[in-house]
Amino acid sequence: MNKDILLKQGAIWAFIVVELVFFSVAGSYLSVSDSAFMDFDNMLLLLKQSAPIGIIAVGMTIIMINGNIDLSVGATYALSAIVLLDSMTWPFMQDLGDWAIPFAWMFALTTGIVLGAINGLIVWKTGVDAFIVTLGSMLGYRGLVFMYNGEQPTSHLNWTLVDFAEAQFLGLHTATWFLLGATLLLWLLMTRTVHGRNAYAIGNNREAAVNAGIRVGPHFLWNFMLIGFLASLSAVVFYSESGSVNPNDGMLYELWAITAVVLGGTKLTGGYGSIISTLGGVIAIQLLRKGLGHIGADTETVNLVIGLILIAVLFLDRQLNRKGKEELKT
Amino acid sequence: MTDQTPVLRLEDIVKTFPGVRALDGVSFSVLPGEVHALMGENGAGKSTLMKVLGGILQPNEGSIFIEEEPTVMVTPAQAKAKGVVFIHQELSLADELTVAENIWLGELPRKSLGRVNWTKLYDDTNAILKTLNVGFDAKTRVGDLSIANQQMVEIARALTVDPKAVIFDEPTASLTDAEKVVLFDVIADLQSKGVGIIYISHRMEEIFKITDRISVLRDGQYRGTLTTRETNEEDVTKLMIGRSLDLSRNESHHEMGDVALEVRGLSCGKLYQDVSFSVRKGEVLGFYGLVGAGRTEIAETLFGLRDPSAGQILLNGQEVRIKSPIDAIANGISLVPEDRKGQGLVLGMNCRDNMTLPQVDDLTAGPFVSDGAEVAIFDQYRDKLDIRTPGWRQTVGNLSGGNQQKIVIGKWLSMRPEVLIVDEPTRGIDVGSKSEIHNLIRDLAAQGYAVIVISSEMPEVLHVSDRIVAMYSGKVMREFTSEEVTEDSLIQAISGIINGKVA
Repeated sequence: MNKDILLKQGAIWAFIVVELVFFSVAGSYLSVSDSAFMDFDNMLLLLKQSAPIGIIAVGMTIIMINGNIDLSVGATYALSAIVLLDSMTWPFMQDLGDWAIPFAWMFALTTGIVLGAINGLIVWKTGVDAFIVTLGSMLGYRGLVFMYNGEQPTSHLNWTLVDFAEAQFLGLHTATWFLLGATLLLWLLMTRTVHGRNAYAIGNNREAAVNAGIRVGPHFLWNFMLIGFLASLSAVVFYSESGSVNPNDGMLYELWAITAVVLGGTKLTGGYGSIISTLGGVIAIQLLRKGLGHIGADTETVNLVIGLILIAVLFLDRQLNRKGKEELKT
Repeated sequence: MTDQTPVLRLEDIVKTFPGVRALDGVSFSVLPGEVHALMGENGAGKSTLMKVLGGILQPNEGSIFIEEEPTVMVTPAQAKAKGVVFIHQELSLADELTVAENIWLGELPRKSLGRVNWTKLYDDTNAILKTLNVGFDAKTRVGDLSIANQQMVEIARALTVDPKAVIFDEPTASLTDAEKVVLFDVIADLQSKGVGIIYISHRMEEIFKITDRISVLRDGQYRGTLTTRETNEEDVTKLMIGRSLDLSRNESHHEMGDVALEVRGLSCGKLYQDVSFSVRKGEVLGFYGLVGAGRTEIAETLFGLRDPSAGQILLNGQEVRIKSPIDAIANGISLVPEDRKGQGLVLGMNCRDNMTLPQVDDLTAGPFVSDGAEVAIFDQYRDKLDIRTPGWRQTVGNLSGGNQQKIVIGKWLSMRPEVLIVDEPTRGIDVGSKSEIHNLIRDLAAQGYAVIVISSEMPEVLHVSDRIVAMYSGKVMREFTSEEVTEDSLIQAISGIINGKVA
C-alpha cells in the first residue's frame, strides 16, 4: 500500500522532472535565446513567479480537502491589493512614514480574512453549496473592486517596500520564502493538527464526521478565513513590489489555483489531497509556461497545452484508480 | 432485576416528520448488564428511535433518562460524552483516513497548539484492536479493509469511552461467523462491566442467543417487551407484524418452458468465480446468500454493467455478449435493482415518465414525445400491476415503497423482457405490500417470464422460488429445488458449510 501512496504523491514530481528534461533538450534546438533553460537564476525566478498563485493554491487545497471550493480568491486578491496600496496614501498613514507598511499589510490581510469569513459564514449558516456561495461572492467582491476606483488603476510605490519584496535571502526571493513558509505551515496544519485531520474526515465522509460529533460549520469558517488570509497574503507579497493594481487583476486566479490543486492529485470531491503535491502542481504549471515560452510558443499555445495536459493527467489518474475490469460501469 | 436503576430509560418519545408520525409514544428501559433486543419490521421506527438516543435527532415529545437523570442530547458528541455510544449499521467511516483516526473521529487526542497526539492515538487504538482480535493495525487505511473489518472498526468505536449504554444497529449484517464470535465476546465483556446494550437485528437466532429481553416496535408504536427466556420466535413475530408469518413454501407450480437463460462458468475477477446456472421460462430462480456473496454482481454482469472475466451467457441457447444495459435490454434482460430510489427510479420525475424511461426514444410523434402513447403505456401497467397512485402526474418520490417497486417492474414489463432479474424485491417495503410483490412475481412467472430473484430474506426466497441457488463468498455452494430445501441446509450452504464441514 505504501507503494501506492508513493506512486500517487510522487507522480507530480516525476512530471516536473519530465518537463525539465524535455524543455532542456527541446530548448537546445528551438530556443530563441542561447541561455540554458535549467539555469539556476531562471529556476529561482520561476519559484518567485509561482508564488502569487502558489500561496492561493495551497489554501485552495485545504478548502477542497474539506469538500468545498472557493471561486472568490481572485477578487479577494484584487481587493486586498487595493487596500494595501490605497491605505498608504491615507493622511494619517503618510504621517507614519515607513511605519505605515506594517499597518498597510495588516489592513490588507484583515480584508482577506473578513471576506473569507463572509464566505464561510454563509456556507455554514445557510447550507448553500460553497460553489454557489463563492460564485456569488466572486462577482460581488469584484464589484467592490470596481466601486473603489472605477476602471482606474490604484497605484502607490513605496521604495522600502519594493526593496523588501525584491530582497533575496539565502538566494531565494521574498515571495518564494512566503510561498515555502505558507506551504510548510499548511502542511503541518493538515497533517499534524486535529483541525486538519477533521477537515479530511469532513471532506471524506461528512455524515460520518457529523455522527462522530465533529462540528462541520466552524471548520468550514476557519478554512475560508484561512484562504481569505492567504489570498490577501499573496496580494501583499506581489503588490509590495509592483505598486500598481488594475481592477481586473487576479481574474482567473481561482481557476489557476484549482488547476494546480487538481494536478497535485487532490480529489475534487474532497477527503484526499496533499499540500506538498499542490506545490508540485504549481511548479509544474509555471514550468510549462516558462518552458513553452523558452522554446518560442506564444501565450495562446501555452494555455491550450496546459488545458490538454490537465485533461490527460486526470484521465490517466482515472485509469490508474480503476479497480480493474470487474468495476461497475456507470 | 426489577430493583436495578435502568441505565437508560425512554418515556413517551414522539418524533414526527412531515406527514409521518415515526415514533408514537415509545417507552422502554435498559438495565445495566442487560442485552436488550429491539425488533420491528423495516420502517417500524427502530432507526429513528436509535437516532433520537444517539443525539442525531431531537424528539418532539417525551424524555430520556440516563441513570434516572433527565437528559437532553443535542449532538452525537453529547450523547457519547454521556455514555451512550451508537454503532451504526451503515458504515459511517472516512475511508481515506487510518483506522485510528476513524475510531477516534471527533475526539482525537490533542497536544499543545491543537496538534494530534499520534503516539497516544496509535497506542490506544492498538490496545483496543488487540481486544477485538483483528488482523490489522491502527495505521491501516480504512479503505483498504474488507467490509467485515470495517464493521469491526465501527465496533471498536464503542470501546473508546467508558460507555453506559451501547447501541448496536445490525452489527452482524456483514460479519462472518468467526467475527460474530468476537463480537459476541465483546458484548459479553461490556455486559459484565454493567453496560446496558441495545441490540437491533433481524436475525432471530442471534436474538435468542445473546439477548435478555426483547422490545418490539410496530408502525412507530411500542408493542411490548418480552423476556427472551420465556418466549419463542413465533410470539415475537406475531408482535412484530401483528399476525403469524407465512413461512410456507411456494406450492403453486405451473408449466415451465424451455431454458431461457443459461450461464456457464461465469467469473468476474475476485467478485465471483465459476458460476453456472440456468433458468427456464415460467420459473422463478432464487439467489440466497449473505451480503457480499456476489449475487448482485452476477445480476449486474447479466445486465451489462460489469464485464465478466470468463464464462458464457446463453439466451435461448444462443451465446450472447452483453456489453452494456443497451445490449441487455435489446436481448430481453431486465434488472430491477437493489437500490430502488438510487438506481431504479428518477425520484423527481412523475410516474408516467419513469415507466416509459427506457423506451421514450421510440414514443415520438414527429420531433416531440408523444404524450398519448406514454399515458397509454402507463395506464396499461397501472391496471395490470394495481399501482395505486392519484394519477400519472404524481412524483414517484411521494409513492409508498411497494408502489414505487411496481413502477420499476412495470417499466421493464413494458419493454417485453424474457428474463426479469429482481434484486431484493421487498427491501424497505411494508409487510402488506410484500406479499403483494411476492404474488406479482409468481404471476409473472406463470405468464412465462423467466424470473431471477435475489434476496437476503429467507422467507422470501422460500416463498417465491421454484429453485434456490445458495451462494457463499463468490461461489455457488448448492442448488436446491423447492421440495428438498430446508432452512438448516440453506443456512449451512450460505455460511460456506458443506455437509457439516467448513469450506
